[in-house]
Amino acid sequence: MQLARVIGEVVSTMKDANLTGLKLLVLQPLAASGEASGRTLVAIDSVGAGVGENVFFVRGREAAFPFYPAEPPTDAAIIGIVDRWDM
Amino acid sequence: MQIGRVVGTVVATQKNRKLEGAKLLLVQPLTLEGEPRGTALMAIDSVGAGIGEKVLVVLEGKAAGDALGKKAAAVDAAIVGIIDTVDYQA
Repeated sequence: MQLARVIGEVVSTMKDANLTGLKLLVLQPLAASGEASGRTLVAIDSVGAGVGENVFFVRGREAAFPFYPAEPPTDAAIIGIVDRWDM
Repeated sequence: MQIGRVVGTVVATQKNRKLEGAKLLLVQPLTLEGEPRGTALMAIDSVGAGIGEKVLVVLEGKAAGDALGKKAAAVDAAIVGIIDTVDYQA
């Protein structure tokens, strides 16, 4: 899992049927310092996140698990909205 | 998932049996600004994308196999959406 900030949204009309109704958000991964770190990516949202929020997300096959028994084709999913983190 | 642009098609007569009937496209990953980023990759297309279109590419084997509609297919990338718009604030 990794920290990230939601920086945008993707709109796609023509898409895999298993993605219907899911929110596609653009994520900028963050370092522990809160600085942007690494490539942006697109993730599906399972927690109602929105632009500007800090979230954490999971990569890989496990990204489909929050939607079980549905199996959306994804490699990244937002699974939490971060209130704060301390170091 | 990554944002990319379809830049070509790949034709292969001799290939793994699980790939028969699959549409293989060359996709150039893009930055949010639309600049090329990294090496072009090959992806299965399940949504009817064409050359020049901006697409969503999933880079994960199970999801790519599902998009192809076959179990245990030797694929690791699939186009799962054609992008209408990307709104973002840097």
